[in-house]
Amino acid sequence: MAITKEQVLHVAKLARLNLTDEETERLRGDMENIIGFADKLNELDTEGVVPTAHAIPMQNAFREDVVIPSYDREAILQNAPDRDEEAFVVPKVVE
Amino acid sequence: MDYETVIGLEIHAELSTNTKIYCGCKNEFGGEPNTHVCPVCSGMPGTLPVLNKKVVDYAIKAGLAMNCDITPYGKQDRKNYFYPDLPKAYQISQFDLPVCQHGHIDIEVEGQKRTIGITRIHIEEDAGKLVHDDYGSGSMVDYNRCGVPLIEIVTEPDLRSSEEARVFLDTLKSILEYTEVSDCKMQEGSLRCDVNVSVRPVGQKEFGTRCEMKNVNSFRAAVRAMDYERKRQIEVLEDGGEVVQETRRWDDTRGMSVVLRSKEDAQDYRYFPEPDLVPIVISDEWIEEIRATIPEMPAQRKARYVSEYGLPEYDAFIITASKHMADFFDACVAAGATPKTVANWLMGDILKVMNDKELEEIPFAAADLAKLIALIEGGTISNSAAKKVLDEMFANPHDPEEIVKEKGLVQISDEGAIKALVDEVIAANPQSVADYKAGKGKAMGFLVGQCMKASQGKANPQLINKLLKEALEAL
Repeated sequence: MAITKEQVLHVAKLARLNLTDEETERLRGDMENIIGFADKLNELDTEGVVPTAHAIPMQNAFREDVVIPSYDREAILQNAPDRDEEAFVVPKVVE
Repeated sequence: MDYETVIGLEIHAELSTNTKIYCGCKNEFGGEPNTHVCPVCSGMPGTLPVLNKKVVDYAIKAGLAMNCDITPYGKQDRKNYFYPDLPKAYQISQFDLPVCQHGHIDIEVEGQKRTIGITRIHIEEDAGKLVHDDYGSGSMVDYNRCGVPLIEIVTEPDLRSSEEARVFLDTLKSILEYTEVSDCKMQEGSLRCDVNVSVRPVGQKEFGTRCEMKNVNSFRAAVRAMDYERKRQIEVLEDGGEVVQETRRWDDTRGMSVVLRSKEDAQDYRYFPEPDLVPIVISDEWIEEIRATIPEMPAQRKARYVSEYGLPEYDAFIITASKHMADFFDACVAAGATPKTVANWLMGDILKVMNDKELEEIPFAAADLAKLIALIEGGTISNSAAKKVLDEMFANPHDPEEIVKEKGLVQISDEGAIKALVDEVIAANPQSVADYKAGKGKAMGFLVGQCMKASQGKANPQLINKLLKEALEAL
């Protein structure tokens, strides 16, 4: 299946990635290969087969509703690129 | 041309679990910023979420209370978008296999019964909170709310007016309160709604183009936003224009909405199955276990108040709309108070004082209200004195009998004392006495008022009436 440059740029935009022309072309080729690989599966007859969301045969992995102490605030904030005494600080955003 | 409004709602309710949806951090409003946070809910790389079973219990419970089918095989999905209140850059939600589907809620609007379809109820995690500092250059992020469990309830476009929507929201809120899956505290953001509105000429089958309104923080704001949007869309159509599908932001202070994004900018969420969480399989036994925990619901309770206590339909509706109020009512009746009298006090003076506050914040016990009512019915205090006692019960809650003593509010029922008051008032107001004698009925009311005033509100009004009339007739 052919992937266009526009499709690559659309996906890049959704992922907030800025690509050079060279990177765009390389990724276009990669994506074509990946989609092509997945296309191979379309050759199988999957009529009546429920879509698989999970490959592991496991279900209902739950925890009980019991409080576990949270982390110390300092520990949570220590890797933040920007912070004040009590919060993460990010570039001003108002939607 | 006459237009019909078509409204659909999406309601987010925070669940009243002890802990967050995917980690053991406390689910609690308030708290110092970023103190209910761990590596899971702050989205640290390499962490894994584990679903809180109570969240599924509550979603099933809400679904059953809204007549939904419970999905036997469900899963969770990632909804991808970038915003700093969402540290993982995706929200774990449910896409095509939500916990509940195909339900309905019956509402009553102006005596008409209406059935409103519930498309689905799914579970998801709440986002953090951004605090915008007016002076600084950045925004502060608090992740205490991040990972708090939510259910999102989506209705069919079955509502036809803002009034219907308001009744629906009130009914939905009482269902959530009764089932105790959410505390529904609007001012804490426990219940939030997005509103979808379109209009169409009356009689037209096809829906008009709809607009979605975000940032609606109260039911009152929701009604205003719907009325505004209906008017705006009709104006566009009447001017020969076309309604454009878009998301708008409601500004309640200015009473108007502004475009947030158009259909072209619609976000592409790229949902895909959450690989870190396994499927949710709900057995019939599990469903029945939850069904057994559903209490008497508002509609049943209302019917019981009418048949058992003889309350008027209206009173029963108002009282049962809030579980807190209904519980308080029951406790007063259990303490021996007359049901209709309790209803009057609750719906009158108490609701007035509580206004927008949550009823669970009533500062005195139900037994105290029952005691107050007994003091009135026993003739110890007058109705007007009782209002003063109630004010004090709000301001400085303690035993109403004590309050009556402290404030000297015991009703004067001594005929001699009242006769003396009556004579004083008659002597001091010759003009009014003459007016009364001349057949002016109004003068009587004035004279009673003067006697009441002279007794500092403590005299038994029936006795004043009787003795004053006798005295005037004897003149």
